[in-house]
Amino acid sequence: MKMVVDARGLGKVFGSGAEAVQALTNIDLRMETGDFISLIGPSGCGKSTLLRLVADLLEPTSGELLINAKSPSRARLDRDYGMVFQSATLLDWRTVRKNVELPLEIMDVAKEERSRRASEMLDLVQLELFADHYPWQLSGGMQQRVAIARALAFQPSLLLMDEPFGALDEMSRELMQQEVLRLWGETGISVVFVTHSIPEAVFLSTRVLVMTPRPGRIKTEIAIDLPTERDLSTRESPRYFELITEVREALRSGES
Amino acid sequence: MTERDDIIRESHETDVLSAFEGDVPVGGRTPAAIREFGGKYLPALFSFLVVILLWEGLTRLFGIETFVLPKPSEIISSFVETWDVVWGAGFKTLSEALGGFVIGVSAALLTSFAAARWVRFREGMLPVAIAANATPIVALAPIFNNWFSITSPISKMAVVAVVVYFPVMINTTRGLLEVDQAELELMRSVAATPAETMRRVRMPHALPFFFASVKVASALSLIAAIVAEYFGGPQDVLGQYIINRANLFQFPDAWAAILVASILGVAFYLVILAAERLVMPWHVSFRTSK
Repeated sequence: MKMVVDARGLGKVFGSGAEAVQALTNIDLRMETGDFISLIGPSGCGKSTLLRLVADLLEPTSGELLINAKSPSRARLDRDYGMVFQSATLLDWRTVRKNVELPLEIMDVAKEERSRRASEMLDLVQLELFADHYPWQLSGGMQQRVAIARALAFQPSLLLMDEPFGALDEMSRELMQQEVLRLWGETGISVVFVTHSIPEAVFLSTRVLVMTPRPGRIKTEIAIDLPTERDLSTRESPRYFELITEVREALRSGES
Repeated sequence: MTERDDIIRESHETDVLSAFEGDVPVGGRTPAAIREFGGKYLPALFSFLVVILLWEGLTRLFGIETFVLPKPSEIISSFVETWDVVWGAGFKTLSEALGGFVIGVSAALLTSFAAARWVRFREGMLPVAIAANATPIVALAPIFNNWFSITSPISKMAVVAVVVYFPVMINTTRGLLEVDQAELELMRSVAATPAETMRRVRMPHALPFFFASVKVASALSLIAAIVAEYFGGPQDVLGQYIINRANLFQFPDAWAAILVASILGVAFYLVILAAERLVMPWHVSFRTSK
């Protein structure tokens, strides 16, 4: 199996001197192709920081980090990953289609090819009928689907998601989770997913990494042995609840 | 974010003239469109007429002398009689205002891009600009008359350019810089260069700021041109015409010139409003509920 993310002894300190804050310490993380990993933990545990290190939006202060056996900045420049943020961050002045095309424009992809791929992606997230709408004409869930289509438009091997459904209501949230699982199954992409919802982490992931704060570190890793095909019945299965309890207890014991 | 939105929204909501662009279909208005148009404009038109009628009525009722406040009817008849002269002066003044406006806005844009690009330039420049913006710049008019020759329109354009420069520069720079952190992270995540981020994120973000300031600047440019003219120069411009007619106690003539100045100011403003809608139809202030 190919290693998508390989972190050894990763640490991140913000600031310096007396005001230095150890945001992450001694992070070991190995992720293989097709993994769906959730980072879960209370605010301040460094889960978003870890995601930003992987994305090369921040630089680690210590340790080693390889993405697809390359430095994070090389991987970013090669566009190895697509990123979905907490807010959809769609550009107001672009239609849905033009938003999805944005990374392709930056990559100098020819116009016809851009348009073809945008259509394909909008098809994938089932928004083909909204291609010519503006972002503000869409619901929050639909906006986040556009953001996912944009992140997938250049066919990255890794998808990074930073609490993407945090602002959605419970119903849209469950729909979006189902949607992400479908995309994951269809594209075979690897996903790192930051969340603070325990059920969300359990429902989506192959592995859940429980993080604790001060300093941020990975406390436990819980393998999710639910069947690969997951739907509403999964949410009602005893094993699902057992796993939720397991994650919750891991989070609890981190506090004391 | 919210503060910015408020400022922008406020500047659009208070702008009665913006109602000009309704959903009136091109080539033939449907009764519904006329009703909608009327619904938007009737209150403004009504209050305008009330003011004029009150003005006329009260000046007649209290027998107010023409040299204190002429009646609207006197102003209109003077406006018609002196048509060629006042419009001639009006367009001279407008050309000074436009020339200064173009110079000032261009210089402001250049500075804004430099300020957005180079942190050191911005840190050195902006506090000075903000201080300069708070000083009454028209006070420079006599100095500029001295520098650029009192008879030349350049001296008036220079005053206009300086007056217009600061608000446009400060607002555009803010628009270029106040970009959502997440949007910058997004651009970095797709390996966009700073130039691409400037073009695709910062510049569109700055447009509402730019237009809000340019709308203010359009009004300022005429004010600055007329005030600069008060300090001397050729006689065939609005500022000098108003002074001369007032000195001769021909107040309805002076008021007719003021009327021309207002018409030109409103027209200038409307042109900018139209440009704004053309350039950024996506903006929040133009969204319909449909």
